[in-house]
Amino acid sequence: MSPQMLDRLWQAFLDTLTMVGVSAVIALFVGVPLAVFLVLSSPGGLIHAPRTNRVLGAVINGFRAAPFIVLLVALLPFTRLVTGTTIGVWAAIVPLSISATPFLARIAEVSLREVEHGLIEAAQAIGCRRWHIIRHVLLPEALPGLVGGFTITIVSMIGASAMAGAVGAGGLGDMAIRYGYQRFDTTVMLAVLAVLIATVCLVQFIGDTAVRRLRAR
Amino acid sequence: MSLAFLGGADHPISETGAVARHHAKSERRPGAASNAGLSSTHVTPAAGSVRFEGVEKVYTSSAGRVEALKDISIDIPAGAIFGIIGRSGAGKSSLLRTINRLERPTAGRMLVDGQDIAAYGEDELVALRRRVGMIFQHFNLLSAKTVFGNVALPLLVAGVGAAEIEARVAEVLKLVGLEGKETTYPSRLSGGQKQRVGIARALVSRPEILLCDEATSALDPETTLSILSLLKDINRRLGLTIVLITHEMSVIREICDEVLVLEAGRIAETGPVWKVFGNPRHDATQALLAPLTRGLPEEIASRMTPNPVDDASLAIIEFAYTGEGGREPDLARLVALLGPEARIVQSQLDRIDGHLSGRLIVSAPASGDLPSRLSGQDLVNAARIIGYVPANA
Repeated sequence: MSPQMLDRLWQAFLDTLTMVGVSAVIALFVGVPLAVFLVLSSPGGLIHAPRTNRVLGAVINGFRAAPFIVLLVALLPFTRLVTGTTIGVWAAIVPLSISATPFLARIAEVSLREVEHGLIEAAQAIGCRRWHIIRHVLLPEALPGLVGGFTITIVSMIGASAMAGAVGAGGLGDMAIRYGYQRFDTTVMLAVLAVLIATVCLVQFIGDTAVRRLRAR
Repeated sequence: MSLAFLGGADHPISETGAVARHHAKSERRPGAASNAGLSSTHVTPAAGSVRFEGVEKVYTSSAGRVEALKDISIDIPAGAIFGIIGRSGAGKSSLLRTINRLERPTAGRMLVDGQDIAAYGEDELVALRRRVGMIFQHFNLLSAKTVFGNVALPLLVAGVGAAEIEARVAEVLKLVGLEGKETTYPSRLSGGQKQRVGIARALVSRPEILLCDEATSALDPETTLSILSLLKDINRRLGLTIVLITHEMSVIREICDEVLVLEAGRIAETGPVWKVFGNPRHDATQALLAPLTRGLPEEIASRMTPNPVDDASLAIIEFAYTGEGGREPDLARLVALLGPEARIVQSQLDRIDGHLSGRLIVSAPASGDLPSRLSGQDLVNAARIIGYVPANA
């Protein structure tokens, strides 16, 4: 591989890192609160909002149902509204985070639901308000599951980011398609794949280690 | 104010037949003793008194209406250890959770320290729950927090300063015998230790009332006894009211002053423990007491006949002590009553708060005037011949 190609590979890696990294942070800060709300507003929960709960659930399902490539195109007007452009890394971050957020919200919801009801009852009995219960009971007790779910989200986002080339955002996936698939450059294809595999393995390893540490308490 | 509730004839509670009996044991306590001196008609409830007035709880769901509690009126004096027992599904859990409003009554008044908490809003509930501690069957400790973190949480969410939290947590951990375990996570503790953490967490904000939800049901017998004696000790030293629910009569027997038997959401029977144990009136009470009572020895039961087979037959007599009237098993007088051949077959006597209760099974020659001698006796609360066995035993 030429030094020029290595340079492109490095740039593509950085693009993927930016897209996935920024989108993951957005998904985390929107998806987890959504999940908390879904759990608390479910029947018999601490917040009485059955209608909001149902509407939110339906919206989340809608976004989850749309294939990422469709979402990417369908969201173009919205993307332009937010970032002022429809091409480039930042233009990919908008649909990527919008697709990852409901995904993470559903996964986080499962972990939060697993928190024993007795713990919430005990927290109420010692004078915790709703916010205290979220802060001291729900989130810390569900943390191993949340970390595991976040890891899965990141890995699936790395996969989805391959389609970001459609809006000229570049990244590893785009490079593999352009050089490896369209130009039959097997070396580049294999190199990109190797970087992707290494990245995914690293992310998974970090996630698993964190979960194991948290569960060891 | 406990004693003012105690069923003066003019008090409405005594007319509805609710419990309002006080108790020799609780009067000895420092907390209760100070209350006993007051006798004004104006009722100023002491810290830690609980009173149910016609409380009802109805659950309505798609499956229909379930009446979990019906017409519950109880007085729990400050400083008492009050036990609620019932079979599973009797409504014990709902009853206990009404006191800290984890359950909201659908009708009636629920008074804690004279304040009706039935309609409390969130702020008032948070304040109430800081005065009412609770411990659970499955401990409900936060696995992500250390022992210190668990015990400190009630103070932390109440906005108490770090230095005070540290001092207070150290104090309660010492009280429950868990010094040095501050940095341990609950998963590394035994069941008994976990419940001690639960007790420490419940006590850290100096509550007036401690609610125990089957607190020993998940523990082995030895640990159960140690936790019960800890609860007793806490009740004595801190003067706080303990309300506990259990399905084990032995727990009631061990530490309670008063007991309430709940059956299908209603009060089946209530009163001092010695009275309810000595003379259980309700089927539910008898069923719950059954595990504590042994049956007749097999070799007697199998040979027993309703009438004497011959002159040499022995009568099997049951002497029942209910704790009333200070009857004592005076051996010399029993022999005088039954004759020198009398033998004790089986004894299940116990003293609860100085009241003798239980039964004594005795055999004696079945001479003709035995029934009349028994009916004239004043040694025991009740004496009856339960059958006869042939003499060649």
